[in-house]
Amino acid sequence: MAEEIRLIQGNEACVEGAIAAGCRFFAGYPITPSTEIAEAMSEKLPEVGGKFIQMEDEIGSISAIIGASVAGLKSMTATSGPGFSLMQEGIGYACMAEIPIVIINVMRGGPSTGLPTKTSQGDIMQAKWGTHGDHYLIVLVPESVKETFYLSIKAFNLAEKYRVPVILLTDETIGHMREKVTVPDYSDIYIEDRLTPIVPPQWYKPYEITTDFITPMAPFGAGYRYNITGLTHDEMGFPTNIEYEIERKLDKLKNKIMRSISDITDYEALYTEDANTLIIAYGSVSRSAKEAVEYLRARRRKVGFFRPITIWPFPERELIQIIRRVDQIFVVELNQGQLIDEVKKVECYHKKIYGINRFDGEMITPNQIISKIRETR
Amino acid sequence: MQPLVLNYLRAKKQFPHVWCPGCGHGVVMGSLIRAIDKLNYSKDNVVMVSGIGCSSRMTAYVDFNTLHTLHGRPIAFATGLKLAKPELPVIVITGDGDATAIGGNHFIHAARRNIDLTVILMNNNIYGMTGGQFSPTTPYGGRGSTAKAGNAEHPFDISKLAIAAGATFVARSTAYHVPAMDRLIQQALENKGFSLVEIFSQCPTYEGKWNKRGDAAQMLKFYKNNAIPITSQAKYTPEELQDKFFIGVLHQESKPEFTAEYQKIIEKYQIKKEFK
Repeated sequence: MAEEIRLIQGNEACVEGAIAAGCRFFAGYPITPSTEIAEAMSEKLPEVGGKFIQMEDEIGSISAIIGASVAGLKSMTATSGPGFSLMQEGIGYACMAEIPIVIINVMRGGPSTGLPTKTSQGDIMQAKWGTHGDHYLIVLVPESVKETFYLSIKAFNLAEKYRVPVILLTDETIGHMREKVTVPDYSDIYIEDRLTPIVPPQWYKPYEITTDFITPMAPFGAGYRYNITGLTHDEMGFPTNIEYEIERKLDKLKNKIMRSISDITDYEALYTEDANTLIIAYGSVSRSAKEAVEYLRARRRKVGFFRPITIWPFPERELIQIIRRVDQIFVVELNQGQLIDEVKKVECYHKKIYGINRFDGEMITPNQIISKIRETR
Repeated sequence: MQPLVLNYLRAKKQFPHVWCPGCGHGVVMGSLIRAIDKLNYSKDNVVMVSGIGCSSRMTAYVDFNTLHTLHGRPIAFATGLKLAKPELPVIVITGDGDATAIGGNHFIHAARRNIDLTVILMNNNIYGMTGGQFSPTTPYGGRGSTAKAGNAEHPFDISKLAIAAGATFVARSTAYHVPAMDRLIQQALENKGFSLVEIFSQCPTYEGKWNKRGDAAQMLKFYKNNAIPITSQAKYTPEELQDKFFIGVLHQESKPEFTAEYQKIIEKYQIKKEFK
């Protein structure tokens, strides 16, 4: 397929990106505002020999994609707030059993059924701590339709490389917005596939502690008969109650992400060299924030901009270097203030931090950001 | 000569098992292994998926591709796995609580879809692993640690539930009727579509204790005396059939199977794509 310029929706961009990344299995349940992903998948997947199934609920959906991933297919599901809440037990299972899956959460207003047709960024903390117990996963947040396409590919690459669930947090604005996307030739896209064992079956340890904490994964039916469980398990995949084995397992889950943090995290920084005011924004709202930054820069205000693209693990090392140099920080979010707490945690220089928040289902405008910054000076 | 089942067990790694003395689940595991052996399935191909509970612990003991999943979700995991790799035989090991309480939705929808799974459901009328709480199959008036004064709810007939939901093969056996169980599991594995084998399996530790049903031997005798083969139904009067239950093949029909039907959909889209 040659390079192609298209006008597509954010939700369609997820599908295009996922299929380009090699996704061949989708299980889902209809929910606004993510339904277009399931609709497109039901047509696009069979075209490339993939499988689509509409499950009875979101718990079934995430269970089915874990099953398909165990069988060796790159798998994903898409949902929104209430469905994302139901999926939490499956996300925990995929963390513990180290099964690569991709979950797309098109955020809508919450809590509960909330605002099905309106935008929000209220699931930032849930994406990290939604399921119980200590666990580490990867969360990506795109700002545009084009970036949704590329982050869908990246989500699969990271999931397959680190054997971890990866969550792509878009929101209703991006999901339903149409923008120009240049879909590249598939051969120009970098694709990462999961490691498979090269040792003979009798030597295979499905959860071996390796130097980089990533263990090759054998698909079911390939001759490597082994056990997968959500119980805390040893290197052979069997349940264990032995203290040092438990500690080693949980450390493996942490270390495989945290030791590779520089490979995983990604961010965008603008005008930060001489800035005395820093605006932090992510997802759709960073479009307004960038507009505000350009406006203020044109009026010789020293405003900088920072956007985490990987929200979990949080790019704190990069942010801390920028925070050192500024006097005040504004965190722009479509919620009552979630990521601002993470920024406060990272920030250890006692700078002034203000939140610019909106949570009525509408987008923050550049003007709101500009007037708030002018007010505080 | 070593017993046949040893060829299929992770004998050196995983034993002793968690099941109590007198539990029926081990008998079911033996039966299942014999049925798989009869059908000459390769161990590398057989996938066994289980949920949470006493019966679901079986996956750790058998030497197949084993997936021990979340409470109530084995059928949903198995659905994804089967659709992803339809060539592998997928067996689901579950219990009455796992399949019909927390996992009831997945159970009826897999039956409705008629996806080629073989569900081995061990029904002991109680939640054993957590210590004897009443389950969706505890009889009306039956006792458990959360129904000490007797169960005020009415039980499911799991086989009837599966038939109503659209399963294409439904059979019932007990831990006492072992040769029949071997045959029924074999038939279920051979059926192309959603198959359920419901097996009454005694729990002397909790169900027997709470309901004063005696030890394992007495509970097996109860199965022996109260089970009626469905084929000899006509020999009994309605009065005689009261408080009895049927065993054998309760339902069998042929209906298009889901993964095969989905393959046709893939082919349709492939043809459409060629003409694009």
